[in-house]
Amino acid sequence: MKRGVLPGFSLTMGMTVTYLGLIVLLPIAALLIKAGGMTGQAFLAATTSPRALASYQVTLVSAAEAAAFNAVVGLLFAWVLARYDFPGRRLLDSLMDLPFALPTAVAGVALTAVFASNGWFGQFLVPLGINVAHAQPGIAVAMAFTSLPFVVRTVQPVIEDLELEAEEAARILGASELQVFFKVVLPTIAPALIAGITLAFARCLGEFGAIIFIAGNRPFDTEITALLIYIRLEEYEYGAATAIATVVLSMAFLVMLATNALQAWQQRYLDRG
Amino acid sequence: MIPSMAVHHRHHAQRANWGRRVLIGAAVVLALLILGVPTAVVFVHAFGKGVDVWWRAISAPETLGAIGLSLLIVAVVVPINAVYGLSVAWAVTKFRWQGKKWLVSLIEVPFSVSPIVAGVATMMVYGSSGLLGGWLMDHDIKIMFAVPGIILATLFVTSPFVAREVMPLMQLQGTEEEEAAQVLGAGGLRTFLSITLPNVKWALFYGLILCTARSLGEFGAVSVVSGHIRGETNTLPLYIDLLYHDYDSSGAFAAASVLTLLALVTLVLKVLVEGRRDAAMDDEPNA
Repeated sequence: MKRGVLPGFSLTMGMTVTYLGLIVLLPIAALLIKAGGMTGQAFLAATTSPRALASYQVTLVSAAEAAAFNAVVGLLFAWVLARYDFPGRRLLDSLMDLPFALPTAVAGVALTAVFASNGWFGQFLVPLGINVAHAQPGIAVAMAFTSLPFVVRTVQPVIEDLELEAEEAARILGASELQVFFKVVLPTIAPALIAGITLAFARCLGEFGAIIFIAGNRPFDTEITALLIYIRLEEYEYGAATAIATVVLSMAFLVMLATNALQAWQQRYLDRG
Repeated sequence: MIPSMAVHHRHHAQRANWGRRVLIGAAVVLALLILGVPTAVVFVHAFGKGVDVWWRAISAPETLGAIGLSLLIVAVVVPINAVYGLSVAWAVTKFRWQGKKWLVSLIEVPFSVSPIVAGVATMMVYGSSGLLGGWLMDHDIKIMFAVPGIILATLFVTSPFVAREVMPLMQLQGTEEEEAAQVLGAGGLRTFLSITLPNVKWALFYGLILCTARSLGEFGAVSVVSGHIRGETNTLPLYIDLLYHDYDSSGAFAAASVLTLLALVTLVLKVLVEGRRDAAMDDEPNA
């Protein structure tokens, strides 16, 4: 196969593969080798202990809540930014990237302060019996904050590219605005929306910095899996930490595979349409 | 794949109706509540006891040390990522070969790995029980719980940033200009420096901005490998954590205000660079 006439292929390819191997693949391989070297019994004891199981549950439930919230709110932001021109649109658009730009530890201390019993939101919520800080809802709030841009930035370009003719046709045929949205727009953007939600969900599963400040971190109750790994390391339980880290890594790869499959499907869907 | 952060906006013929106003209003109010309030709270708490208390917290030797370490990390990590990102983009977009998709997927792996897992993985190479742990100890090389470990963990989590921003633009630009330069007798390096680099510079800056923000803010991975040695291996985000758990809330928020300010600067730079990069993209006849 003729590659082309430009020089530098072996040099750049060599640098890429060497760097990727040393910085990214070697650590992942080391983690898997370490986990693979454990006895099955030790691996299972670490990964299926009641405390670990409780941490998977709180992580998965909170991530699902955060992803559901972002599905609705992220779609709203994406729609408004893509479809309308209004004063401050560019400002709102750049504000969407704030959760990516703001260090997660800063997000954590800020959200904790906002939802504390004397905080801006907490002073209204806590008397109503709604505890967010140092409780499970805090985990979902921190996850939702850090993963918001994924849904917005995945859906927004697809809404920008929508052909307006189909919507106009539906309106001319007498469809209401809601019918146009649910029967014409939503089916077209569904693949992108699902992909965005999956990405947000994956990010939530791995999030650490923002959560540990707000969660309360009580074992069996508000302890996320990433924190349990950290605690096992502090206890010098390197085997257990590695085993649980392998579980989290596998979950992340499963979500990534699902996302890639979804995007392939989305591409076929768009090509067909 | 992770969505790229910028989106082209198309202008629409506006139909003024109540639905549009309600949706815009809802989006603005929600953005203020979800994104505006937490940002504002950082500054309110940081300056709540007066500017002098803030300044005392910022100018404390330990805070300055943490800021210095964070800047050192950025100074090492960002240039390395620039070279790596450009290499990846050159190898992937300027040549035809099989298995590209696989390589691009591998390059994006760090995006889907939890920072804590990245930290543990780094530890399993360089830690005392890691693959190279024994050898490193025999040769008295300290990587874990020291600055090199922090740099390696940060390199892991930030490695895809430049590559994924430069690749789409380099792809669009094709190889004609470089081939012309070759025919006219320019060497490989000269071709790269005077043709390719100027063509992709805004996408490169964009990637560097994202990479800088993440290097400054990385918490989970760095937290695992740092060892939290006061005045030695505490980056600014780790220092916030330390102050916060020492119940020094105004100190924690003072340090947080520095990072928040840098995040806001990042957003402004991003908007400025984004415009230039989009213009470069639109100039491409292949686009």
